[in-house]
Amino acid sequence: MSAPQAFSIGGRAAVAGAVFIALLLVPILASTYQTQLLTYGLTLAIAALGFNLLLGYTGLLSFGHSAFLGAGAYAVAFMMRYLGVSSMELFLLGGIAFSAALAALFGVVCVRHTRIFFAILTLALSQVLWTLAYKFFWITGGTDGIRVPFSKVTLLGGLVSFPGPDAFSGFVTSYYYYVLVVFAVCTALMWLIVHSPFGKTLQAIRDNETRARFLGVRIWRYRWLAFLVSGIFTGLAGTLWVPLNGLVTPDVLYWPQSGKIVFFAVLGGFRNFFGPIIGAVTFNYLEVYAVALTEYWQLTLGVILIVLVTFLPAGIVGTAVRLTARLKRWREASA
Amino acid sequence: MSLLRTEGLKKYFGDTRAVDGVDFSVNEGEFLSLVGTNGAGKTTLVNLISAFLFPDSGRIFVGERDITFSPVDERIRAGIARSFQLVNLFDDLSVLDNVALAIFARERKTKRIFALAERDTGVTAEALDLLGQFNLDGKAQALARGLAQGERKLLDVAVAYALRPKLLFLDEPTSGVSTRDKAQIMDTVSSVVRGGKITAVVIEHDMDVVFKYSDRVVVMHEGRFLADGPPEEIRRNTDVATYLLGTDVSE
Repeated sequence: MSAPQAFSIGGRAAVAGAVFIALLLVPILASTYQTQLLTYGLTLAIAALGFNLLLGYTGLLSFGHSAFLGAGAYAVAFMMRYLGVSSMELFLLGGIAFSAALAALFGVVCVRHTRIFFAILTLALSQVLWTLAYKFFWITGGTDGIRVPFSKVTLLGGLVSFPGPDAFSGFVTSYYYYVLVVFAVCTALMWLIVHSPFGKTLQAIRDNETRARFLGVRIWRYRWLAFLVSGIFTGLAGTLWVPLNGLVTPDVLYWPQSGKIVFFAVLGGFRNFFGPIIGAVTFNYLEVYAVALTEYWQLTLGVILIVLVTFLPAGIVGTAVRLTARLKRWREASA
Repeated sequence: MSLLRTEGLKKYFGDTRAVDGVDFSVNEGEFLSLVGTNGAGKTTLVNLISAFLFPDSGRIFVGERDITFSPVDERIRAGIARSFQLVNLFDDLSVLDNVALAIFARERKTKRIFALAERDTGVTAEALDLLGQFNLDGKAQALARGLAQGERKLLDVAVAYALRPKLLFLDEPTSGVSTRDKAQIMDTVSSVVRGGKITAVVIEHDMDVVFKYSDRVVVMHEGRFLADGPPEEIRRNTDVATYLLGTDVSE
């Protein structure tokens, strides 16, 4: 029950399997720095997956997803500072709970509106959160933030820890595999969600809200659920991002962070399941290398965005799929 | 036996009396045509019954149940479904998905989040069977936006029909299609609806279609009922001839 695709389901599963095996080899073949970069990319890809459930599948453009990224991140910082927690698994549970509560609350306010009103509401609420993190410095550390040293984080229920100042390389490798597994689970879970009756209902609402309503679908409930799931995925990404970054400041809640998440989806292509994943990983490299190359890195990213929207509106993956489908038709026609 | 009735239904838009105190009833099993000139109030009446709009006054009953201010989903559960004058489809979903979604909604499976839709073989089989009845099974995997206008009209009806309503409102199912397609669409719709023993109310402008397919014809003019009866009686009605057909019946 799906629209025609350039690749069969079997073909796509084979490609996904090959990519996963290649990803397993990264720490063996690449440097610690490259492994760390890719770990950042994978955490951002989880945020992009969550974001795209709203944009690509429900038709709602959020400019406030930094709120959930920040909720996941601050959950880790608060748990470590105030509860003395060091287990990554507990951080994940706390991050999910914190971002879910926030998404549930924000969702009630936002999902009764669509288009520009929805976008502005999400932006406004995320900035309220940023202001709170900035002003309540005795809790959040203000602009100094809260440090989350990797050496205090343990994985797999305390089985894997990283004591000592020389443990960074070991942490990066272990943490890469940890994030890769969570990323794989999140990707599989999101794949299931968008191909479920629930996911199809979201797509129906995106395509034609009136008709969906006249099938008996209570629109706002589904939008709220999508908002909730989207917030949880993005919060999870925020939780995974903290031990890598080692510090949480209000910047993670600031609106440019939301803009970056939108960029991931546009860069990769938000009408394709894998588009935002590729977009997030690519953006991470683009940003890092653009910063290293020029002080005008924001200008570079701005030009790329303009070129993308103008010439490749389907994004990297969307364009690749279109070209592949065209090539396939051309081959069939000439055979 | 009356399946649906309205009592003194009114809907005004400013000074325009779109529906002006209408007492309407639909009997179980009939194929009823609702006709009238543009602005006569036909679509507004269907909009009121289907909860697209709510009335200024009057009541709507399904059986003995008052549904005047029930929301859309409750009316669907009460057995009312509709198609639209301007085709309303999920354009970026496949033809099969369009119908399957209606079945998922009917069976209250749309909240299933951790199950693949295509693995629900019961729903897929029913959707394919239904598409076969509407001669659309060959296009099951195509995107809805890629269908021809006549096929889109049929799919629009098929989506509403998939809800298995007791009473199906079809708002101009043949508008915007060729004369040849009109006959094909109405043959298919009539055959499926009568075969499924579903009561249907069709808004239609083409009087040849109306007289050929209807059991009963209700004529509206300026928000009120002008005539109500079997096709032959309506054909002879002088008021209908004057207001609707623009001819003198004696001619």
